[in-house]
Amino acid sequence: MTPFLRRQRALADYTLAALARRRGKNLALVVIFSVIVFVVASAMLFSAALQREADLVLAEAPELIVQQLVLGRQDLIAETEIAKLTAIRGVTAAKGRLWGYFYDRISGANYTVMVPDDPAMMPEPGTVAVGEGIPRARGFTFAQAPLFLSRWPGELQKFAVARTFDSDSALVSSDLVLMAESDFRRFFEVPPGVYTDIAVSIRNPREIATIVEKATRAMPAARFVTRDDIARTYQKLFSWREGLLVALAGAAILAFAIFAAEKASGLSAEEAREIGVLKAIGWDSSDVIAMKLWEGALIAIGAFLIGTVAAYLHVFGTGAALFAPVLKGWSVIYPDFRLAPQIDGMQLTALFLITVVPYVAATLVPIWRAASADPDQIMR
Amino acid sequence: MIFQTPILALLLVSLLASLVAVWSGWFGLRVLARWNLASGSRAQLQMERLTELVSTLFRFVMLAELVALLLFVFNADRMASLFVGAMCAVGTLNVNPYGFPALYAKIAVFFAAAVWLMLDRADRMGRDFPLTRVKYVALVGIAPLVLLSAGLELTYFLNLRTDVITSCCSKLFTPVNPNLAAELSGLSPGAALWLLGGSGAAVVLAGAGALIRRRGAQGFALAGAVLFGVAIAAIISVVSSYIYEHPNHHCPFCILKPEYGYYGYALYGPLFAGTALALSAGVLQGFARVPSLTGVLPALIRRQIWLSLGAFALFGVAVIWAIVRSQLILFG
Repeated sequence: MTPFLRRQRALADYTLAALARRRGKNLALVVIFSVIVFVVASAMLFSAALQREADLVLAEAPELIVQQLVLGRQDLIAETEIAKLTAIRGVTAAKGRLWGYFYDRISGANYTVMVPDDPAMMPEPGTVAVGEGIPRARGFTFAQAPLFLSRWPGELQKFAVARTFDSDSALVSSDLVLMAESDFRRFFEVPPGVYTDIAVSIRNPREIATIVEKATRAMPAARFVTRDDIARTYQKLFSWREGLLVALAGAAILAFAIFAAEKASGLSAEEAREIGVLKAIGWDSSDVIAMKLWEGALIAIGAFLIGTVAAYLHVFGTGAALFAPVLKGWSVIYPDFRLAPQIDGMQLTALFLITVVPYVAATLVPIWRAASADPDQIMR
Repeated sequence: MIFQTPILALLLVSLLASLVAVWSGWFGLRVLARWNLASGSRAQLQMERLTELVSTLFRFVMLAELVALLLFVFNADRMASLFVGAMCAVGTLNVNPYGFPALYAKIAVFFAAAVWLMLDRADRMGRDFPLTRVKYVALVGIAPLVLLSAGLELTYFLNLRTDVITSCCSKLFTPVNPNLAAELSGLSPGAALWLLGGSGAAVVLAGAGALIRRRGAQGFALAGAVLFGVAIAAIISVVSSYIYEHPNHHCPFCILKPEYGYYGYALYGPLFAGTALALSAGVLQGFARVPSLTGVLPALIRRQIWLSLGAFALFGVAVIWAIVRSQLILFG
């Protein structure tokens, strides 16, 4: 072992013993620090996990969605527009989609009603497939309970529930009702030959911009939303919410830094005596600083580990029970989903910089002040 | 836009670094004006004590800056999906004119800080602090660089606008464009590899010479600096193509992505470490004859040369491994 490593090991050894002698004070410091790391880490982990879920969902979305605009609002789009889109080179397919929202007065929730693209998912006329949130919102008591939908008081339509989606896909399917096309048009009184919007698939993602340009010329009144636009909006939204929480936590970090500086500068009589004795037996100022830095590092790393692990358990074990309302938004039938655990180096690095650096910075000057004083001056 | 955790972390580090730079720069000026080791005055004693604080603060801040440099590049890569047209760090850094200057300033701070920390180390080895003046002249020079770097970074982050259409690395690193990046990617692969091999050999010769003759580390530092430039050019021109297994992709940032196994870190890590060590060995050589350091400094310089050679060797192995395991055939 090199002399450098031997010195550091001896310092660490000494510092651990010194920390153990003042267990109460140091434990309080570690606990408060851990709580702060926990708050920041929870916000970061949770928003990253939500963003990943959104990315996974969007990977299945069509490359381009075309909506008809009337008076600046979205309107039904005519079937004849599909031909204009398929005529553009590079477009693999364009399909009209039928979907809408239904406000259920019984549960006070909004359902998303859709006609599935995939023929394999298409329910028989008279039946529906529903997400896991709907039986929950309606309080279904038995498995085969039919779904009654009422558009206005006195009106009631009955659908048999053919299947219920499980919670693996809850993020997208929780409030979903899948219907056959004939049922959908009758239920919402949508005339034939029109759709909610058109989903366009494009083989080469690099051609999307050019295709949008050509389509804009063919359909000047339409609005074009690309998958990247949606992904970008989600990313901005989530990282902005996360940043907001972290900035709020900044006040707590600042308060903690002041607290730590205060603690480090107000040496107890016993600590002052210890430093005095160390200097009297030949320790250099730099040795004392190194010892104090070890002390800070042990506290900071301990708190960082405790806080991060607790945040990991909080986010992926309990679904971020404490912050969920802020970060994911709120609705009557909120999906009941589990986040896939994941963590990466960048998150940890940013977390480390934002929590440990202020702590160390706040304690450096008090440490130096304690270490550079004369032994007789401290012990007096 | 600025409300992103990594950005907040980076700005925090820059802020602390600037505060430390301003304060220690001011203290450095005082030291230059009044430092007199022979005096036993109260002011001199106070200054001697404060040098300990400056060293500690500077060491801490520079360590944080090193981590921040990594985070800056990593974050630029991660944010690429926010900007239309960006596919890796190049696009993000190109969103406004301050991105690349901010990166270059950060790299400059890294090398300057590495050399300064070594000067500090050497200074503490002599009982009479022989390099104090040199150290503080250097510090007064580094402080504006730290401030410039922080200013550029802040301007860059404040001006990040997602509605700007930026360009991707395949646009920038293409031989047909009239800019430096294009010139580098247009360098023929054979010439780039010969240059890399040549400057590598020069580094080994200069290092061996300095180790045997116990002087001439300045030559080694120069060779190391040249190797650094040539290595960056070679990475852009040929090594990256081997990693991508694609003859026309020359981006020096995409190799940092997970798709390519973070291979870039294996290249840049040793390259930066080797260059920093070579530079500080060269700078320290100038003080090898200072009386109180003659006993200890040569050993430190020799150790730095060995470590630097080791780091460059690791870089060489990483380059050769990238070429050997690649499916791309550029020659023959």
